[in-house]
Amino acid sequence: MIPAAFTYYRPRTVPDALSLLGAHSEEARAIAGGHSLIPMMKLRLATPDHLVDLGAIAALKGIRAEGGAWVLGATTTQAELIAHAGLARALPILRETALQIADPQVRARGTVGGNVVNGDPGNDMPAVMLCLDAALEVAGRGGARTIRAREFYRGAFITALAAGEIVTAIRIPAPPAKAGAAYVKLKRKTGDYATAAAAAMLSLEGGRIATCAIALTNVAPTALLAEAAAAGLIGAAPGAAAFAAAAAAAEAITDPAADGHGPVDYRRRMAGVMVRRALAAAAERAGG
Amino acid sequence: MAKTAISLTVNGEKVEALVEPRTLLIHFLREQLSLTGAHIGCETSHCGACTVDMDGQSVKSCTVFAVQADGADLRTIEGLAAPDGTLHALQNAFREWHGLQCGFCTPGMIMRAWRLLQENPHPSEAEIRFGIAGNLCRCTGYQNIVHAISAAAATIAGASKEAAE
Amino acid sequence: MNEVSETRAAREEKLQGIGCRRKRIEDIRFTQGKGNYVDDLKLPGMLFGDFHRSPYAHARIRRIDTTKARALAGVVAVLTATDLKPLKLDWMPTLAGDVQAVLAGEKVLFQGQEIAFVVATDRYIAADAADLVEVEYEELPPLVDPFRSMAPDAPILREDIADKTEGAHGKRRHPNHIFTWEVGDREATDQAFRVAEVSVKQLISYQRVHPSPLETCQAVASFDKIKGELTVWGTFQAPHVVRTVGAILSGIPEHKIHIIAPDIGGGFGNKVGVYPGYVCAIVASIVTGKPVKWVEDRIENLTATAFARDYHMTAEIAATREGKVTGLRVHVLADHGAFDACADPSKWPAGFFNIVTGSYDFPVAHVTVDGVYTNKAPGGVAYRCSFRVTEAAYCIERAMDILAHKLGVDPAEIRVRNFIRREQFPYHSALGWEYDSGDYHTAMKKALEAVGYQALRTEQGAKQEKFRRGETRELMGIGVSFFTEIVGAGPSKNCDILGIAMFDSAEIRVHPTGAIIARMGTKSQGQGHETTYAQIIASELGIPADNVMVEEGNTDTAPYGLGTYGSRSTPTAAAATAAACRKIRAKAQMIAAHLLEVHHDDVEFDIDSFRVKGMPERVKTMKEVAWAAYNAVPPGLEPGLEAVSYYDPPNMTYPFGAYICVMDIDVDTGVAKVRRFYALDDCGTRINPMIIEGQVHGGLTEAFAIAMGQEIAYDEMGNLKGPSFMDFFLPTAVETPHWETDHTVTPSPHHPIGAKGVGESPNVGGVPAFSNAVNDAFAFLGATHIQMPHDPWRVWKAAEALGLQK
Ligand SMILES: Cc1cc2nc3c(=O)[nH]c(=O)nc-3n(C[C@H](O)[C@H](O)[C@H](O)COP(=O)(O)OP(=O)(O)OC[C@H]3O[C@@H](n4cnc5c(N)ncnc54)[C@H](O)[C@@H]3O)c2cc1C
Ligand code: FES
Ligand code: FES
Repeated sequence: MIPAAFTYYRPRTVPDALSLLGAHSEEARAIAGGHSLIPMMKLRLATPDHLVDLGAIAALKGIRAEGGAWVLGATTTQAELIAHAGLARALPILRETALQIADPQVRARGTVGGNVVNGDPGNDMPAVMLCLDAALEVAGRGGARTIRAREFYRGAFITALAAGEIVTAIRIPAPPAKAGAAYVKLKRKTGDYATAAAAAMLSLEGGRIATCAIALTNVAPTALLAEAAAAGLIGAAPGAAAFAAAAAAAEAITDPAADGHGPVDYRRRMAGVMVRRALAAAAERAGG
Repeated sequence: MAKTAISLTVNGEKVEALVEPRTLLIHFLREQLSLTGAHIGCETSHCGACTVDMDGQSVKSCTVFAVQADGADLRTIEGLAAPDGTLHALQNAFREWHGLQCGFCTPGMIMRAWRLLQENPHPSEAEIRFGIAGNLCRCTGYQNIVHAISAAAATIAGASKEAAE
Repeated sequence: MNEVSETRAAREEKLQGIGCRRKRIEDIRFTQGKGNYVDDLKLPGMLFGDFHRSPYAHARIRRIDTTKARALAGVVAVLTATDLKPLKLDWMPTLAGDVQAVLAGEKVLFQGQEIAFVVATDRYIAADAADLVEVEYEELPPLVDPFRSMAPDAPILREDIADKTEGAHGKRRHPNHIFTWEVGDREATDQAFRVAEVSVKQLISYQRVHPSPLETCQAVASFDKIKGELTVWGTFQAPHVVRTVGAILSGIPEHKIHIIAPDIGGGFGNKVGVYPGYVCAIVASIVTGKPVKWVEDRIENLTATAFARDYHMTAEIAATREGKVTGLRVHVLADHGAFDACADPSKWPAGFFNIVTGSYDFPVAHVTVDGVYTNKAPGGVAYRCSFRVTEAAYCIERAMDILAHKLGVDPAEIRVRNFIRREQFPYHSALGWEYDSGDYHTAMKKALEAVGYQALRTEQGAKQEKFRRGETRELMGIGVSFFTEIVGAGPSKNCDILGIAMFDSAEIRVHPTGAIIARMGTKSQGQGHETTYAQIIASELGIPADNVMVEEGNTDTAPYGLGTYGSRSTPTAAAATAAACRKIRAKAQMIAAHLLEVHHDDVEFDIDSFRVKGMPERVKTMKEVAWAAYNAVPPGLEPGLEAVSYYDPPNMTYPFGAYICVMDIDVDTGVAKVRRFYALDDCGTRINPMIIEGQVHGGLTEAFAIAMGQEIAYDEMGNLKGPSFMDFFLPTAVETPHWETDHTVTPSPHHPIGAKGVGESPNVGGVPAFSNAVNDAFAFLGATHIQMPHDPWRVWKAAEALGLQK
């Protein structure tokens, strides 16, 4: 398991990174934490000729609050995210999710940006970003743009990112007042990708669900926003019956693959079970 | 293939070397620096046998390119004992508590535990188990490893208390 | 200094002998990263080999083109079957009497089969070159399902032996048939079933798994052309066997072959066999004149070397209405893959599967095993078990539960009713074994009391009621397993490997200062032999264990031995160690008597010295005697103090144990969580309790992995599914349960120190305990048998089949 040869660059600025990526277009790849890319390179499923390491670009690092929103630099590692006390208070679902990704060593290197951009349906952060309605800040040689996470995923390993572009940061809007959120993941063992997982966020008003978002991991070629499932809950009282209906609606949009995690029908049903559990936890946190 | 010059610190010593960009850190350590303590168990970033400490974090050195360690401060199992040869509390505890059998996972396991005890000097059993979840052991069933790490934490805490007094 | 004036307890403690929790010697180097494993070895000019492997499970090779690979800078050689043929090394014999292709020349028979061996100046170039080998295939229909192997229209896999009607173990009925092995009394057993009041029948499959030690298989071969000598460092559980086989294969005289097994990163059966990688490294070294290293990667390891199990067992028990068993009938369909490379003693094509009567007093039994070929990797190794004993224990322990279920008897109770009683030992089983010793009732009683069995059953009943009322979606399972193992192959009367009797050996020399060097024919892969053998020597000779250096693994210096697997080291080499020590002690006694100026019958050995009977103040320590052995031996005695023992055990040993597993199952997800696991082991005399407990923890963890998820699975095209640690289930510290260990001690009557061997018991007994717990959870709803592995989706599916997933 030895990667094919490549040339390696370690730019210090975003423009340098962009020009390196641009100069080599198709044969170049950005590398952040490397914990999806290097395993692929070792299997020679990825054989980039040029590797542009984003690790030394200071501008891509850091976590900061901007008004009610939070901005995560793309190369923020999962470990840094977990360790950030302010973020953990404001958006505990991010820490909860990050702690369910892989293991300590992988979290030490793997970045939030890489996790979101990678496009692997098994990644956990995309569903959370769909649920929280995050936006990806993108830089390209043509300039900067913002892409909503909800418009980013096109297919397995296919995203709205154009060749030569990089994600510089992820912006997460302030959650609605009195919202609770949870990420619940079923896996075969610690460190495993999800058999199915669900992110849910809801807010309550007068004992009724006022807002709700639900997203699913690894039960389709991309992370899924379960819009109908969430819409059906608006105005409902939180509880087993309502959540079961939402779970059924969520199951209906899944399209899982059969693999070592289990056959299609099982994974579909697990998506539903995860939705129920995520909603129950979110409701409890929302004070319901 | 053209080689790249890197300079880094390994176990407190400055190292300058030429590497192919695709050289994995584990191969660099084992083959170029003859530091054969860290092992290769899976090559797919799952087993942690290759764990070393890089800039204050545990990393799987099979999933880092040596060029990415340019400028880094690395510590491997070979650099854990004191310069006078006194073993680290973890090294003693692993032996005392029978925390190893074939020894193949041990260097990675101890290096991970070493970092874990700096992140959390008084971990509970559950925290230890979660903290070493990136290190697989095929021999011990982990129970004695967990004991060993707890015991080392207590020894270290005792020693620093003594020093403070 | 008069050491004898110390208290007896203090003297004994100083020795660190049998029974003491001695800290391991090995750990001093391992905890500092100073182990010496094969891949750590670096020789001047060393080259690296890598394989090009088949992507297909079954295909004819039309053409192999190595031009591009050879043209790559840094590539030194590329070997194919064509290069091996003139050396007669394109095929090699297996331990099971079959042959296996070293490099496939005409046909590939499993995905990942070795086709070309590329040798280059470093491993990166070797990997690049392996990719450049071009092979043209004609795909053939793959045979994946062993139940189809002997169908009339099944594709013929082994064209090399298609017309051979006589195999290594008798008649072959079909080109894909390897052997049929039969044991027991068919007629009497059939009769028992004809008159049975009750009987049960169940297909019980034990899936294909893999030992996957953390270190893969690897070797460095170095051929010295001038001296005509070959040195191979490798991951060998049985170095002497490798040397002998190597000599026979290569024609290099055995004394010019040096096999060295350095530290080994776990074996579990994976490192018993001889693999194409070893052979190719050797040939490449001969061809290039340079040392050649071959290191298998993990995917190759899971794909090509040494699977285990893949036994499909149809078990039938006949019994009375009261639950007394009256007969056992088992038919096994054994999937051996493309070549029969099972690592069993040569006359035992199904290993010791005939231990399948287990701990129970079956008056009659009959077993047949059919071995068949499929398009899968060869192997069939004893993965942390004595040959096919795990399969047998799983089979009988599941079947007893099924019988209990049918009769409405508690699973613990059905076992107690049928146990072989203490007074029946030595016990002759219906399938031909002589069990050496046991006290099953005592062990079971202790186990049931320790876990509070009755209270657990009451709790379970209450939970079942809640489940029926829809108040919970959690079920509780209690798994009971009571296993009897057979280990310590073995008596030469029934065990050999390629004609070499399965004794083992120890060579022990006491030096003038009382320091001891001991060499064994076995080879530790983590079991701590350097520590435990020294303890035996300490107790036997009265020299502190710290003064003993134990060496294994170098065929030049170690006495001939058959290696370590099947829990055989304690029953054989530890016995040899004790026997050699006793020879030394007898001579030492002569010397001591001479020094004490009395007749040797008038001195006796006491902990660490010889004393004159009735005059405890007249003593000579063993250390003093050692010195005297080199300068003051009595007339007529040779100087020196050493002995060799080749120990051929009179019988195997039969460790046993009672395991109880308590599990909570989330029916909605199929996730099973082990709440409690209690393991009582009886391995006879306990040499080092710390090491025994460590072995039990490790073995239970492997059993947990196997029962709860491990599987080497193929799709219908013969593609291996998920051959890496991403999918192959190895639990982390988080999922691994907490283990409670306990013991009783029933020494082996025929072993010099009464020890039986323990390394594999927890795997043998653990798998049925987990599986029975899962089955037990659903039994009250009518489930009889749920196949392993019990990973969440399969558990969920089992619940669905019971109508629980609406
Ligand atoms: C053993 C193991 C277990 C794992 N388990 C999980 C898990 O449970 N859940 C989970 O979510 N993930 C898991 N992962 C994946 C891990 O989280 C990765 O770190 C993550 O998927 C990718 O992040 P990275 O920083 O490592 O990206 P890299 O591997 O460096 O890059 C991944 C891809 O994204 C691109 N990329 C990275 N950053 C940018 C950027 N800023 N702009 C544009 N493109 C970019 C790269 O070009 C590449 O194509 C696991 C990985 C391993 C090795
Ligand atoms: S070898 Fe690096 S994680 Fe296994
Ligand atoms: S001690 Fe062998 S793998 Fe951990």
